[in-house]
Amino acid sequence: MNTISSRTTAPGMSSLRPSLSLALSLDRLGSVVAVLIGVALFACPFVIYRANRIVAGEGRMLTDALPPPGVLIVLIAALGVASCAALVRNPLIRLAAASVGLGVIFPAVGWSAGFVTPAGNTFARVSPSLGFWLLALSFALLAADALTRLRLGPWARIAAMAAAAGAVALLLVSGAWNDLSLLKEYANRQDIFWREAGQHLWLALGSMTAACLVGLPLGILAHRVRPLRTAILQVLNIVQTIPSIALFGILIAPLGYLSAHVPLAAALGIHGIGAAPAFIALFLYSLLPVVANTVTGLNQVPAAVSDAARGMGLSARQRLCQVDLPLALPVILAGIRIVLVQNLGLATVAALIGGGGFGTFVFQGIGQTAIDLVLLGAIPTVALSFVAAITLDAIVDLTRRGS
Amino acid sequence: MSARAFALRAAALLLLVLFVTAPGLFAFAFRPLTVNGAPAIYNQGSLLALTLSHLRIVVLATLASTILAVGLGIFVTRPSGAEFLPLSRSLVNIGQTFPPIAVLAIAVPLVGFGEKPTFIALFLYGLLPIFENTLTGLMDVSPQTLEAAKGMGLNPRQRLMQVELPLALPVILAGIRLSVIISLGTATIGSTVAAKGLGEVIIAGLQSNNVAFVLQGGLVVALLAVLIHDGMGLAERAVARRLGRPVDEVA
Repeated sequence: MNTISSRTTAPGMSSLRPSLSLALSLDRLGSVVAVLIGVALFACPFVIYRANRIVAGEGRMLTDALPPPGVLIVLIAALGVASCAALVRNPLIRLAAASVGLGVIFPAVGWSAGFVTPAGNTFARVSPSLGFWLLALSFALLAADALTRLRLGPWARIAAMAAAAGAVALLLVSGAWNDLSLLKEYANRQDIFWREAGQHLWLALGSMTAACLVGLPLGILAHRVRPLRTAILQVLNIVQTIPSIALFGILIAPLGYLSAHVPLAAALGIHGIGAAPAFIALFLYSLLPVVANTVTGLNQVPAAVSDAARGMGLSARQRLCQVDLPLALPVILAGIRIVLVQNLGLATVAALIGGGGFGTFVFQGIGQTAIDLVLLGAIPTVALSFVAAITLDAIVDLTRRGS
Repeated sequence: MSARAFALRAAALLLLVLFVTAPGLFAFAFRPLTVNGAPAIYNQGSLLALTLSHLRIVVLATLASTILAVGLGIFVTRPSGAEFLPLSRSLVNIGQTFPPIAVLAIAVPLVGFGEKPTFIALFLYGLLPIFENTLTGLMDVSPQTLEAAKGMGLNPRQRLMQVELPLALPVILAGIRLSVIISLGTATIGSTVAAKGLGEVIIAGLQSNNVAFVLQGGLVVALLAVLIHDGMGLAERAVARRLGRPVDEVA
């Protein structure tokens, strides 16, 4: 998946340059967002109330979901963002409006959970409903559009992400969301949650590290020996094609055999079912982007530069470490970005074969049709991938700028 | 295609067809993996039927996402949709950080078990690569080519149908191929939410601790995916060759 970002702008985009003036004509994207906000406010339930965690719930419209002052605050904020979206084109103002909108509805949904839950009732569950999600989606769309148009540099993007993460962390720590069903699921499984989080990260990051250790030398080798290059890339390409669960399945048989017949393997904790096949599969999937991007990156080093390095009397080893690899670094890092995002997602499937990770909650949740449990596994996974993608994109940009 | 490559493909295809139509022939190979006299070959349904329903859901979902994604791609590259272009690119980038399983899992509580959540997950996730590649393909058409087409008196519609889309076709096809491969994998996991597909064999093996089932399910899915990926790659190269363009060896 070539999701290397920071592409150049399309032709014919100059008309979209941010203008400080209020545009008289309606902005089309803004109008869509404004309509979405209207639908979310007046036609969809804000939260959903359930007597216990698995029964069908009943929606609560905004007016029944919060005390009157809260309703008023949410209404004013959302309508303000809607009019801003429809009328103002300046991306900074739009970003500010969207952030205020998000800053109002995120605490509000926690407040609403406390308001809707009958006092002393520990079985009742309150979760955000369609109205909340649509509001969040439309504010996020507006913010994403503004951020895209602002074309922030790498540091600014990381700062924006850190601010968002800090705000979410503050909400979590302050206890403002404690009455939400999702947090109740978490409270019931606090220990397991952090254990699975560790396992998820170990699977994703460990296999990525292993793939870098093997993939970089393999890529350098493939770059130098042309006949080997095609063979290596073709084999890795085929591996990449195999669906994750099928590859897990194929690895279970030999690993099971190994653990049954080689005492050392069993002692090392290698079993047919569990984390071992997942780790190896993730490692194999990670090799292609690392190797392919190392080859591409080294190929892109201009011949004149290599010649100059040779003329300066650098040895082959010095040329590789001081010239070729630093120049190829942005492309190699882009490969590592692909690997990390891919692994964080694929590690979810490991739970199916007993490998642990956030997928444990997802598959348990599917089994119990408990959406909050599914979300307890899915939201951290998505958040991690998101943070990883933004951070590595920024790092790629920084190295590109430096070279 | 060299004779050796052709023979390899034909052999793989023959092996796959033989395995799903007459799996009993291969029982000898899987027998050593079973314990306590467990069946060596999946016996809770026909492998052929599972393969066909697996393929059916992937094809239907990919068709639906192709129509919508190509349509959207065309829309945002026209002057009337240009306002949505920057946002739609970021959305595609953000969307691809979502694991497909998360989409599948969230669809279940909303629409229930069975084919429906799988179809929704396949459809939604399949949009991303096709949309991204449609954008890339359409925007890579050189301005000179477009000017020439304009100079020849083609109207915008003719330019789109006769110049831009044919030129973008190889890239769009690459997106469809990526989407099909992701869908094949997601559909396999769809068996955990009771969609009929080859994942059933693997899940049944995991539940009954029968490694033979797990392995044969894995092999059939893997072979299917590799053959489809390869076949679609051949089609892409044929299209690109007709356009007189070189294509990367490893796409």
